[in-house]
Amino acid sequence: MSNADIYHEMIIDYSRNPVNYGKIEDHDVTFHDANPLCGDSIDIDMKIDENKVSDIKFHGKGCAICMACSSVLTEITKGKNLDEVRKISKTDILGELGLENLQAVRIKCALLSLKVLKSALYSYLAKHMQDSPDVDKLKEEAASLY
Amino acid sequence: MQSAQATLENIRKDFPILNRTVRENKTLVYLDNASTTQKPNQVIDAINDYYKNHNANIHRAVYALAEEATELYEKTRDKVANFINVKDRTEIIFVRGTTEAINLVAYAWGRDKIEKDDIIVTTEYEHHSNIVPWQLLVQEKGAKLEYIRTDDNGELILDDLDKYLATGKVKLVTFSLMSNVLGTISNSDEIISKCKAAGVLTLVDGAQAVPHMKVDIENLGCDFFAFSGHKMLGPTGIGILWVRKSVLETMSPFHGGGDMIREVHKYETTWNDLPYKFEAGTPNIADVVGFGAAIDYLSNIGMDSIRQHEIELTKYALEKFSQVKGLHVYGTPDISKRGGVISFNFADVHPHDVAQIIDEEGIAIRSGHHCAQVLMEKLNVAATSRASFYIYNTKEEVDKLVDSLNKVARIFKL
Repeated sequence: MSNADIYHEMIIDYSRNPVNYGKIEDHDVTFHDANPLCGDSIDIDMKIDENKVSDIKFHGKGCAICMACSSVLTEITKGKNLDEVRKISKTDILGELGLENLQAVRIKCALLSLKVLKSALYSYLAKHMQDSPDVDKLKEEAASLY
Repeated sequence: MQSAQATLENIRKDFPILNRTVRENKTLVYLDNASTTQKPNQVIDAINDYYKNHNANIHRAVYALAEEATELYEKTRDKVANFINVKDRTEIIFVRGTTEAINLVAYAWGRDKIEKDDIIVTTEYEHHSNIVPWQLLVQEKGAKLEYIRTDDNGELILDDLDKYLATGKVKLVTFSLMSNVLGTISNSDEIISKCKAAGVLTLVDGAQAVPHMKVDIENLGCDFFAFSGHKMLGPTGIGILWVRKSVLETMSPFHGGGDMIREVHKYETTWNDLPYKFEAGTPNIADVVGFGAAIDYLSNIGMDSIRQHEIELTKYALEKFSQVKGLHVYGTPDISKRGGVISFNFADVHPHDVAQIIDEEGIAIRSGHHCAQVLMEKLNVAATSRASFYIYNTKEEVDKLVDSLNKVARIFKL
């Protein structure tokens, strides 16, 4: 795969017109992270009802890869229960956009929003399920994402 | 006399890496020289020769090899002194690079001299290496860090300097002689004369300036001066800190260890002479030798010719860029006030995407915040794309860059 091939129609469209872009004022959880190498920066807000992500929005600055992956991630996440959200993996995101062979230096652009999502989930669970052994596992998962 | 074109072709022959292809058989177009430069055979050979024929530790052993190694190492100190017009070679300290040089000053000068409520003044267009060491220092001392702002042309607003000097609390003014993002050449004469009049010391970050124009320390009149070898054809891991003797003599050591001592006893130590007091441990001898070869190489071409070549390339590039729709160039249009560094943004396309698409054509430019996030905040952008030139770059390479930018425009439907 040539590196420029990653800039196909879907990526360009998503980056131009991101889905679920914005803020949720009455969110149940919000999380922010940035990529120190390139300055990309993403916030994710979630509304959680009966253990389900009833609404999710993201905002921030990033390259086309970062914006497209954030859009797809929020589309995948919306409506899922928290257990399902935990299971969302990097291959789900990369596969959806045909980015399986993305070069190492750009992987962080693609996965920043997933890292923010997992961290948001962790901070939510930490608050609401303090005794669950799952919390530590999730923390580990988020930390080892890339 | 050789024509400029012939000279340029000869120069390119000295850089083996410029012959290689990248990605899908594309000739490398290297335009990230503000970050680091490529190395000519002369530098690579000097390092090789050192390890093959002269390697030994310096300054102590009496055998022949050690004598040769010491001589090669010390010869570079003389070359540096000559290159930037320093009269006293003992004011020149070998360090790892500009970052270490500034940290050395913040530690060995700043920790003794900066007190609560003192002010250190820097500028909005500094590299992180001329911001973070001072943040660490002022936090430790309860002092303050203030900024000279940049105007819409990317030039420093020197009224800010007057304002801070008037407080009588400023102990140091530190600024880059050339911005690594905007290419702006600072008005060093005005800054330094104002500081002198106020009895305030000045530190000049010469990392971007020394490789590209004639710098004369005697003329400049600052008190501290720092620059790096790898941005001027030399190897990585070697840089220079120059400190005016009268200031250097008041400074405590930086690292403790071998070579920086005169006598060590169980509970006290006396220090070696300058500059060795600040060169603890076995230094980066081979790269110092390689750096000497880089200085010879630049001196042979002549710094004025290098500056002239870059002015022509930058003028040409700015002209070509102005014809690309949606391309916004940062910094002053006045070519006499800028070096061969062009930062730009391209419509709403993120610099990372620009850099990746043009990388397919073998073109290397930098995208990101360029270790200047304070300036990025000021420009209200997360990142920029940056092309930066050196002696081996050509107008044809600028043309290739412009062609590839048009490809970006097609992909992003600009």
